[in-house]
Amino acid sequence: MTAAIIVGMLAAGGTYLILQRGIVRMALGFVLLGHAATTLLIASGGVARRAVPFIGAEGDLADPLPQAFALTAIVISFGITAFLLTLAFHGRDVLGHDDVEASVDQAPPIDRAPPIDRDAQDRNR
Amino acid sequence: MSTLLVAPFVAPLLAAAIGLLARSWRGVQRTVTGVLMLVVLGSGVGLVTATRDGAAVATRIGDWPSGLAIPFAADGLSAIMVLTTGTMTLLALVFAAANGEDEHQLFHPLVAVLLAGVFGSFLTADLFNLFVTFEVMLIGSYVLLTLRGGGTQVRAGTLYVTVNLLASTLFVLGIALVYGTAGTVNFADLAGITEQVPTSLVGFGVIFTAVSVKAGLVPLHGWLPRTYTTCGPAVTVLFSALLTKAGVYVLLRLSSLVLGSDVTWRPLLLGVAVLTMVVGVLGAVGRGDMRGILTFHMVSQVGYLVLPLGIWSVAGITAGLFYLVQYVLVKGALLIVAGTVERLTGTGVLSELGGLGRSRPWLMVAFVVPALTLAGLPPSSGFLGKVLLLRAAFDDAHWLAGAAIVLVSLLTLLSMVKIFTGVFWGTPTAATSTAGTSAAAPPRRTPVPVVAGGSGDTVPAHLEPGAPAGRDVDPPGWRMVGMVGPALLVAALTLVIGVAGQPLIELIEPAARTLIDPTPYLEAVRSA
Repeated sequence: MTAAIIVGMLAAGGTYLILQRGIVRMALGFVLLGHAATTLLIASGGVARRAVPFIGAEGDLADPLPQAFALTAIVISFGITAFLLTLAFHGRDVLGHDDVEASVDQAPPIDRAPPIDRDAQDRNR
Repeated sequence: MSTLLVAPFVAPLLAAAIGLLARSWRGVQRTVTGVLMLVVLGSGVGLVTATRDGAAVATRIGDWPSGLAIPFAADGLSAIMVLTTGTMTLLALVFAAANGEDEHQLFHPLVAVLLAGVFGSFLTADLFNLFVTFEVMLIGSYVLLTLRGGGTQVRAGTLYVTVNLLASTLFVLGIALVYGTAGTVNFADLAGITEQVPTSLVGFGVIFTAVSVKAGLVPLHGWLPRTYTTCGPAVTVLFSALLTKAGVYVLLRLSSLVLGSDVTWRPLLLGVAVLTMVVGVLGAVGRGDMRGILTFHMVSQVGYLVLPLGIWSVAGITAGLFYLVQYVLVKGALLIVAGTVERLTGTGVLSELGGLGRSRPWLMVAFVVPALTLAGLPPSSGFLGKVLLLRAAFDDAHWLAGAAIVLVSLLTLLSMVKIFTGVFWGTPTAATSTAGTSAAAPPRRTPVPVVAGGSGDTVPAHLEPGAPAGRDVDPPGWRMVGMVGPALLVAALTLVIGVAGQPLIELIEPAARTLIDPTPYLEAVRSA
């Protein structure tokens, strides 16, 4: 239950942050979402079983596989967050801001009819 | 056999390491990449031979006991994917070398990382390891996309990274849900698990959604056409051959393992495929630049590739895989031609181009044949693929899907004709005329800042995409051969496959049977 509440709160906070315009806030949102995923991974192995997963150990052995998953997921999300922040830092130099919505005015070329040549029309008349 | 299975994953990682060490020596990097492609294509041929009659091969990494080890396995689908994408990668690399795009010191190592991720995804038989190889692939693609470091690339890179990071997070969440309910991530144990543990279907639904983002299915396709046009032309060719195809592969694999003969979700998947076909082609018709049309088209073609998800029969999957094999090559060739046009004229915008067919007839041939193949005109391989798909759709009474196949082909033809008339037909414009070039479009040689922390080397402006950069009106002969040659080769190949496609169909059909009934694959993974 505790794990479920933690995952829910982290996911809610992360979702709120990645809907923001600033890229740094989005990066922080992804950090929170990553934590939610990690917690869910750990919870998937059962949080009640805590003993070290060694042969011959006493008690309810923890499932080692989710821990390995979580470790891998943490490393990967750390690397990508670092890349995203580098992109934000570099974008500030190139673009002068870190606002992702500002890229809307840089839309790709859309097919439009060629502009009407008024002068040519007048000449024809 | 285990060497054959692991080589396409390990060799690229090794090549990436060597390429990084030798980053100042382009010759060494090219040699390493050449050897790497030999290894990849060699193992691809070996895998296709080993799985030809519907068999499957598997191995355990590190010889750990079964259940602990990460299994690598290949059936017909994996083998065909490795060989097809490997072939297109080789052609794309030839184009990159001729185009001068591999001059960046990180290009070769990054392509190797990308390849490791893609081939790892094709060959792994473990859900979590699939996530890891996907990430390896994506990290390579993040850096390749933003390699030029200009403003356009940063914008596109931000969009690309955030969308894919969100999809990856979803992927992990899905894996956690699957592991929490099913208690395993091994493909062999996951097969048919939804019947024993119905709740695991929730986790698989989340994973399907995440992979659909990466495959570019409508309505999760928005990032694809907005990002693929901003990187270098050769990188677009590589992305087109590798990234979305890895997504399509995973969708097919999971569909085979998880859904199996369950027909509950097939109508939904068929609907998504048809929607993807229609929306993609309509978007393509609306674009006004050559690479923009072609990349939006990718979305539409992904729809064709995932049609088998809805038409889950031997005929349907055979048709889908046949279509995929020839489509990877054809789309690569078209993007190579688009890159060559941008290199020759400095622009890809249709309204600024025209009359290129007169001065560059071979380039026109290299465009027209793949373009008509994409539209599905006989006697090309695209025609054969579409006829097979149409027959499979009608066999199962999917009338609407059959109608969509024909209608979308018509609109594909329309957008291809649009490129043809815009670029190759008509009168030469300032951008395409060979005389008086310096007055019309002075070549810009502005230094482009490299991504922060990079080496600080500059990139010739003609390689800076997204902006109307300088042009290279008359590149040396070897460059033209290297740029147009791969596209012409594909053009010839599609005609050969179109006329004599039977051996290829016979090669693919056992792979389709193994997908419908994955017992050989599961047995191989279990007993590895």
